[in-house]
Amino acid sequence: MPAGSGGRAGVTGAGLAARGVRSSPSPGTIVAALEVLLLVVFALLPLALQDFWVIFVTRVLILALLALSFDLVWGFAGIMSFGQALFFGAAGYTVALLARDAGVTSIFLVLPAALAVGLVLAFLVASFLLLGRNPPSITFVALGTLTGSYAGDRLARGWYYLGGQNGIPSIPPMTAGPLQLTEGVTYYYLALASLIAVYAACRYLVGSQLGLALAGIRINEARMAFFGYGVQSLKAIVFSVAGAIAGLAGGLYAFHEGFVWPNLLGVILYALFGGVGTLIGAVIGVIAIEIVSFVLADAYPTVWPIILGVLLLVVILFRPSGLISLLVPRRARVGIFLVAARRPRRIPKEADDGAA
Amino acid sequence: MALLEATGVTKAFGQLTALSEVDFGVEEGQLHGLIGPNGSGKSTLLKCIAGAELPSRGRIRFLGRDLTQATPSARARAGLSLKFQVTSVFPELSVYDNVLLALQAQNPLTVLAFSRTRPGLHARVMEILAELRLLDRGAAAAAVLSHGEQQWLEIAMALASRPRLLLLDEPTAGMSLEERRATGELLVPLRRACSIVIVEHDLDFIREICDVLTVLDQGRVLETGTVEQIQKSRKVQEVYLTRV
Repeated sequence: MPAGSGGRAGVTGAGLAARGVRSSPSPGTIVAALEVLLLVVFALLPLALQDFWVIFVTRVLILALLALSFDLVWGFAGIMSFGQALFFGAAGYTVALLARDAGVTSIFLVLPAALAVGLVLAFLVASFLLLGRNPPSITFVALGTLTGSYAGDRLARGWYYLGGQNGIPSIPPMTAGPLQLTEGVTYYYLALASLIAVYAACRYLVGSQLGLALAGIRINEARMAFFGYGVQSLKAIVFSVAGAIAGLAGGLYAFHEGFVWPNLLGVILYALFGGVGTLIGAVIGVIAIEIVSFVLADAYPTVWPIILGVLLLVVILFRPSGLISLLVPRRARVGIFLVAARRPRRIPKEADDGAA
Repeated sequence: MALLEATGVTKAFGQLTALSEVDFGVEEGQLHGLIGPNGSGKSTLLKCIAGAELPSRGRIRFLGRDLTQATPSARARAGLSLKFQVTSVFPELSVYDNVLLALQAQNPLTVLAFSRTRPGLHARVMEILAELRLLDRGAAAAAVLSHGEQQWLEIAMALASRPRLLLLDEPTAGMSLEERRATGELLVPLRRACSIVIVEHDLDFIREICDVLTVLDQGRVLETGTVEQIQKSRKVQEVYLTRV
């Protein structure tokens, strides 16, 4: 670990490299190794699993998309959003209605539609919450998005056209030309491809100059305005992009499950449990919670939600940076290194000596 | 035409009038000092110019444009740059990234998202770091810099966007004598690139580097003139003898 780094804030991937520390891998290396490991495991998993487990892991992959969208807004842009469930649900209901009432099931129409619903709805919410004259507080945005999600939930439960409490059952399967994409190995690889594409795009985004700007916004939003950044506009754009990702997840989820129903998802817990600001932490959070939930539900059919709740509380209390902090220690937020690791590395030789 | 023209600027916080009918101007290439006793309104005037506070009355024109009600972001894009009194560097980011963050601020979203300018900005970041004697600290986290170095980093960040007018609020606050001397040496060459307004308590420091001084007292302009004129001013002497 870095010598004389002056506390956790002093550790960046670049800083570690510049100090010539070789005794342990940098956070960037650990995360990259985790990414490759998970990619290989997920790519090969259907070869070893029975159908039931393929369906289970497909669901995990789709929920990981949703968790990524939350990580993007909170872990990188510092926007506390409870709105991802709304964008997820709205897109799910939209594609379900398209399939049920208009007979539109083509993957080339329904997935773009799900993306568009998430994007537009998130942009509308962002316009209302983020783009006012005065910069909003974190609490205002959190409560605003929570209200939006709750209102969406009540609307779905109360509107007969949307199936009320029962939701919309028996959605026709998604199609790709003559091929029906039902749950199973094909759908698994569709979900995996979507997750890989979105993850790669997010990885590129947070490593870009925009990613550095988001890191700045998260650390000191007020200061950023004095540099000339349109802070609220940048936040609104990231919020909308994250909404589109949640929408894509909602579309995939609806066709995978074959029905949609109103349910406020604990997406925030997925990301917090795994660790925000890393992207991979959100994915790990979903895997961990879904597996633990399954095991607990099997062993303790009646009280498992209570045990899971206690477990989540314990992790968040004692590991506020999430499970990822077991592997990438001493950092409350590890998002910074993704930015720092991508910048030009031609710091002169004397910089290394001076900072050592 | 003056670079900056603030006319009749008044700022009230409830019952307290921090600035009252202040006229203040900065010419191109000028190093303009703003001095006065504690509570005289120096920092408030700087904040009104930079957009951190909106004046209750009066006008602020910069390069002929009326920026009185403009947001801080719009003023920064117009060429105004502020170094805060309290250091507000980004502690978790490296010194290099702090400067890059300031430097890339005026790029459009499409450029930011695809990082098209990053390689091109590298040379400018290194140039600024060298100018502010921070080259050997480029890879360190801003949090581990000494107080003086953080002040220099603040100046580097304020300078990064090539502003037309740099507003420095107490750039030597909390510095050792040696750091103050070094800061003076750093600031003088900067005037080749932009005009500078400095708020300072240290009269020796400001006397050595400024062309023009404006003295504020109780929210009003007491005197404006060259360093010599201000030194000879009886009004200024009275204020400094009785209130400082």
